Amino acid sequence: MVKLHVNGQEQGFDGDPSMPLLWYLRDELGLTGTKFGCGAALCGACTVHVDGHAVRACITAIGDIDGRTVVTIEGLDPDGNHPVQKAWRVSNVPQCGYCQAGQIMQAAALLATNKNPSEVEIFSAMSGNICRCGCYQRITAAIKAAATGA
Amino acid sequence: MTMSAISVAIENVSRRGFLRGMLATGSLVIAAEFLPARAALAYATGADKFSGGVVSDPHVFVSIDPSGVVTIIAHRAEMGTGSRTSLPMVVADELDADWTRVRVKQSPGDEKKYGNQNTDGSRSLRHFVQPMRQCGAAARRMLEIAAAAQWAVDLAEVQAQNHEVVHKPSGRKLGYGDLAAAASALPTPPSDQIKLKDEADFRYLGKGNVPIVDLFDITTGRAIYGIDAKLPGMKYAAVARPPVLGGKLASYDATAAMKVPGVEKIVVIEGTLPPAKFQPLGGVAVVAANTWAAIKGREALVVHWDDGPHGGYDSAVYESQLKNTASQPGKTARNDGDVDKALASAAKTLTAEYYVPALAHASMEPPTATARLADGKCEVWAPVQSPGEVQDELVQKFGLKRADVTVNVTLLGGGFGRKSKCDFVLEAALLSQAMNGTPVKVQWTREDDLHNDYFHAASFERLDAGIDASGKVVAWRHRVVAPTIRSIFVADPKREQPGELSQGVIDVPFLIPNLRCESGEAEAHSRLGWFRSVRNIPHGFAIQSFVAEIAHALGRDPKDILIELIGPPRIFDPRKSPGAEGYTNYGEPVETFPFDTGRLRRVVEVAAEQAGWGRQLPPRHGLGIAAHRSFVSYVASVVEVAVDDKGKLTVPRIDTAIDCGFAANPERIRSQIEGAAAMGLSIAKYGEISFKNGRAQQNNFDGFQVARIDESPGVTHVHIIPATTAVPASGVGEPGLPPFTPALCNAIFAATGKRIRRLPIGDQLKS
Repeated sequence: MVKLHVNGQEQGFDGDPSMPLLWYLRDELGLTGTKFGCGAALCGACTVHVDGHAVRACITAIGDIDGRTVVTIEGLDPDGNHPVQKAWRVSNVPQCGYCQAGQIMQAAALLATNKNPSEVEIFSAMSGNICRCGCYQRITAAIKAAATGA
Repeated sequence: MTMSAISVAIENVSRRGFLRGMLATGSLVIAAEFLPARAALAYATGADKFSGGVVSDPHVFVSIDPSGVVTIIAHRAEMGTGSRTSLPMVVADELDADWTRVRVKQSPGDEKKYGNQNTDGSRSLRHFVQPMRQCGAAARRMLEIAAAAQWAVDLAEVQAQNHEVVHKPSGRKLGYGDLAAAASALPTPPSDQIKLKDEADFRYLGKGNVPIVDLFDITTGRAIYGIDAKLPGMKYAAVARPPVLGGKLASYDATAAMKVPGVEKIVVIEGTLPPAKFQPLGGVAVVAANTWAAIKGREALVVHWDDGPHGGYDSAVYESQLKNTASQPGKTARNDGDVDKALASAAKTLTAEYYVPALAHASMEPPTATARLADGKCEVWAPVQSPGEVQDELVQKFGLKRADVTVNVTLLGGGFGRKSKCDFVLEAALLSQAMNGTPVKVQWTREDDLHNDYFHAASFERLDAGIDASGKVVAWRHRVVAPTIRSIFVADPKREQPGELSQGVIDVPFLIPNLRCESGEAEAHSRLGWFRSVRNIPHGFAIQSFVAEIAHALGRDPKDILIELIGPPRIFDPRKSPGAEGYTNYGEPVETFPFDTGRLRRVVEVAAEQAGWGRQLPPRHGLGIAAHRSFVSYVASVVEVAVDDKGKLTVPRIDTAIDCGFAANPERIRSQIEGAAAMGLSIAKYGEISFKNGRAQQNNFDGFQVARIDESPGVTHVHIIPATTAVPASGVGEPGLPPFTPALCNAIFAATGKRIRRLPIGDQLKS
């Protein structure tokens, strides 16, 4: 039995330990905010936090994170008002919106360790997250705004 | 829209049932005993040619509950363009509703009731801004009539404003919620009593002050896309599909797949040989208890395919075949003057060949659909651009009554044309049928998406220009050699069709006396489909690159040559040229949406001016310009690039000017243009699906790369040409894409002297 803390709740799973966290969250727990985009850690749509670090849930086997703490977009802030979420709304970032949960989780992890990232640091942290609609310039602006509290 | 079409809409609304249903939930719909004779539209569009046409009846689109919450139906699919916000916003503005008290509800597929729902071709605002204004204005009038009756005052003394109706002489007020019941019992006012707002009174239209309705849900993970549909007892499926067009299942062994924990059933899906339209490719489906088991089960399948006639397709060989074809005359598609003679007698001639390879849509949400087919009824939940066509296909495939087919439209995690084709929905329905009515979700992986897309077709284009002794371009010959999208619908016509050639080729607006366009033969070897801006991508790339090449050959400024070729402001009708009579103008009447060269010229001038065209640049920087009309909108881009001494390309700045007529929601227009730049950069730098042995060679975002944030355009400055509502709203979702790539490549030439004629750029800048 694999045990996890997901968004503050204890969860146990006795299924296939090779199941990626992505599908466990989506199919077993019904936490569908975490999205599938590539299945190979190439696009970042599935980004969640494991023990505070941004990871790609699509290649993270459940069996490898026994006892760890997972936070998804649904658990980032109880009211959906994490500074990054608020900044995303102020900057009107999304178009289709599908990749945005992964983008927000990646950005939140960046700001948790680097309160005021430079543009180069933003690019470096966010370059694993694809947005096919091309919202990049607003993502950059939103992260800068979240960092400065603007 | 004809009256008979409106009558059909009436007959299909069970008004009593509809009202009862609304009453049961404590709200009242604004309904009418009689539909309004629709107010004459200020201008005609091509909307009536699409199934369902347009509907503007408020009782279809608007309901108000006793607390005053206004619910407005969004009947077009949301894939990121913002139409799910913008069209209800149009209604709300004419209704003078307070947007904070407006809710938006997505309609299921029902084109008789809602009008056309095929969210494609950059048509949502173009076709529906007028009817949605009428819808809101009619509802506003009904609330005013109800208030005047309640107060027993003259109608002229009351006015709806900001979610309430005011009796001007006395200052009395009634909220929309207070009036909803009475308004719902009223006949809809006749058309001559429906008055649209003056533009000065707009609250939201033209302002860009309304965030998208899904903004909070998107940022909190609550927004529901197709992939998020979940039904009790639902099973999950992954399908092994033939990797080659026209391929068939030869044999398979599912022994190992059935041993994967969670795998429950193997189902063979019958494919349809081309032309298969939207029918599934067929193959072997693994149905399982969860997505992961389905994917693992499919990996464990052993499948052998009979590849069929396209098994030898090699895109590198194909490219050289297209090039060879382009060296010969093709079928004439437009023929002004005598090009051959003019080229032969020109003081100078110029020839260039351009190639754009096949592309994949690669929407971030891969195709997915959930279906339940049981007891003669089918219900699906899916990210589809055209729910009406999904109904059509389900009715036909399963012999169902249309009323028994429900298509629930979720948000789309990107569409770009891919989700117009509902093969993935049909797969889900077939699998639910095979599972005796258990709901099934089909999940395509990224590999599935890239291997079995309806690809954007490759195109080889050759251009020849003749220039006289004075430096004037006197001859223009454009040969396009590309397979046609029509090959998915009928036996392959093996060349671009008039509708495709109408995307930039035969409507090239240049004042050149001898001008011929030709379409060469090219067979389709994969499924093809429309991709955001469609054939305008290769056509715009070739034409706008060649203009810059002409400028260089003449030692002239590229912007000046572009303006000279466009010529003085005039209405240009391609249909008047011999051979081009079949010009399609994006399905729009040329009376409403003529090709106005003055508008094209203006976007060139605005983009150039805003970009500081001609300004001093740092070393290895360059500016490029390109302009293109598509989806009856006019767009010009000026791109600044920097190419370092190792060939690394960056894009510090973009200025794009767009004239899309009346700009209902400028904020979403800006986002579309910004996004078009990022997608255009992806196409330019990386975009290629290649084929060997009939199989797409790219598997995921490592092989099919797209632009990422660290290489994305620095800042895209969007300049929207101001226009009143008298200037018909035209396309926005697609027109930003075609001029970007040639502007970029023209900038690269300005920076480096390296001319990019074959996309993607790849390693071509590496020194």
